[in-house]
Amino acid sequence: MRIPTAALFGLFFTGLYFFIAIFADYIAPYGLGEIVGDVWEPARLGYFLGLTPDGYDEPQYWLGTDQIGRDLLTRMIYGGQTTIWIATMATILSFSTGTIMGFVAAVNGGWIDQALSRFIDLVMSIPSLIVALVVLSVLDTTVTTLILVMGLLDSTRVFRLARAVAVDITVMDYVEAARLRGEKVAWIIFREILPNALSPLVAEMGLRFIFMVLFISTLSFLGIGVQPPAADWGGIVKDNKDGINFGIGAALYPAVAIATLAISVNLVADWILNRTTSLKGGRG
Amino acid sequence: MHPVIKLVAQRFALGIILLLAASVIIFVGTTILPGDVAQQILGQGATPENLATVRAELGLNDPPLTRYFDWLGGVLQGDLGTALTNGRDIASTMSDKMGKTLFLAFWAAAISVPLAIFLGLVAVRYKDRWPDKLISSVTLTTISIPEFLIGYLLIYFVAVKLGWAPSVAMINDSMTFVEKLHSISIPVAALTLVVLAHMMRMTRAAILNVMQSPYIETAELKGLSTFEVIRKHAFPNAVAPIVNVVMINLAYLVVGVVVIEVVFTYPGMGQYLVDHVVKRDVPVVQAAGLMFAAIYILLNMTADIVSILANPRLRHPK
Repeated sequence: MRIPTAALFGLFFTGLYFFIAIFADYIAPYGLGEIVGDVWEPARLGYFLGLTPDGYDEPQYWLGTDQIGRDLLTRMIYGGQTTIWIATMATILSFSTGTIMGFVAAVNGGWIDQALSRFIDLVMSIPSLIVALVVLSVLDTTVTTLILVMGLLDSTRVFRLARAVAVDITVMDYVEAARLRGEKVAWIIFREILPNALSPLVAEMGLRFIFMVLFISTLSFLGIGVQPPAADWGGIVKDNKDGINFGIGAALYPAVAIATLAISVNLVADWILNRTTSLKGGRG
Repeated sequence: MHPVIKLVAQRFALGIILLLAASVIIFVGTTILPGDVAQQILGQGATPENLATVRAELGLNDPPLTRYFDWLGGVLQGDLGTALTNGRDIASTMSDKMGKTLFLAFWAAAISVPLAIFLGLVAVRYKDRWPDKLISSVTLTTISIPEFLIGYLLIYFVAVKLGWAPSVAMINDSMTFVEKLHSISIPVAALTLVVLAHMMRMTRAAILNVMQSPYIETAELKGLSTFEVIRKHAFPNAVAPIVNVVMINLAYLVVGVVVIEVVFTYPGMGQYLVDHVVKRDVPVVQAAGLMFAAIYILLNMTADIVSILANPRLRHPK
């Protein structure tokens, strides 16, 4: 089986980001809170690209230092770890809750379906950022509450997709056969529907993951996400934003990181989705 | 009764129910969740006496149902309560901030809506050729960057490197109209970029959907030029989906505004909400959250009603 170049590119970079996130402790050159130099020292990378003004020596740090002199490369690596960890956990939570509720609604139909669907409509009628802001104003902002709030809010979108996919499958003959055999609801959900609904759900999972990365970055940027001393990409922007007015681009590195991660995951998700649709909804 | 009136009335009633439900969600979200509001406001070092005072002040000793109806009754009469942090009346503070936010959102909408529709048409006209691919890849990139980073990228390049416009958007009543516009030009550009991508992609999809209909093929076969086909046959049929797209994206703009206002320290509703979330000022969060939810629900309701009205099959029932 051939993998298209775009998907290979996406797989490589997605893999790279996860690798760095998992082994951050071994890769990061300095400690997370270690102050190594002056405030906002220029980046060595910029020196090689010819962006540093003349008269400077070769800077020591690859991405320079942040607003209190910590190594930015280290911050970015640890920040990526936090961001990816929270986004992954929230995606898993949102998927398990969303799919199970969606399948239960589709298989049972009737009032269970109505009650669940209307409740989800209701939650989706308010933007998730607003709900998250309202809820986080009274909750302690720990990593656990962030994952719970983000995951549960996002499960509404997964629910809609899972229900729509499952409704199409529940009318199939083999599901009817399973029902007539007297199988229980759990069997029908996990043995009949889940394997057949997996491909579109996996593709959607990529998009939800990206949404989670953007969501947690936005929350941290607004000051109600990951709290110091932990670092994450949104928090790095918040810490270094004042430098921008002096022409210091330290706050822009997370933009590059988030955008490349988002595009890579999108490329992989597109590939999975295309592979599925070309097989007319088969298992792939 | 005419079916259109019935449908519109039903959708309207649903909107009202959703508004009430949104108020319940916001109220429940701030009061019944685990975590003592009084403790959160005062922090770890609070004495029991202080806690008791704040609880009494917030009415936390009453049963939740009573508090909800007190709050809702107040909101319906325009009384949003007073802020815990500075004791000011929330409604009067908010009306000023709301005006500023609407000013920002209006200009973002006024630029992004025509631009998105135009780009969507161009993308359809040159489908699968370089203009379409260019537009699609640029919009894919802007979708992948969070709103606040688009804001900072613009500040870095436009305000700092080029020096064309101020990076902090301050407006006050003594400024002339042109000065105000210049002051908000970068936030407006950022908001435009945020919604442009979604709106343009959805417009493209809506027009392409129409373009695949049999009557378009007929128009092409009788020899009309592509732009004539789009103008005379495709566009009138695509109006309803496009209006829907625009409304959905205006609702999306409501969320974008929150983040963009913080980036540019613009004194509007979004900044107000986020500031008070950080300060854990619950009455303000409830009021501002309800306001955002209400605007979002009303815009979505308008979108649905417009598409009901624009649907010829519903207007001329058999």
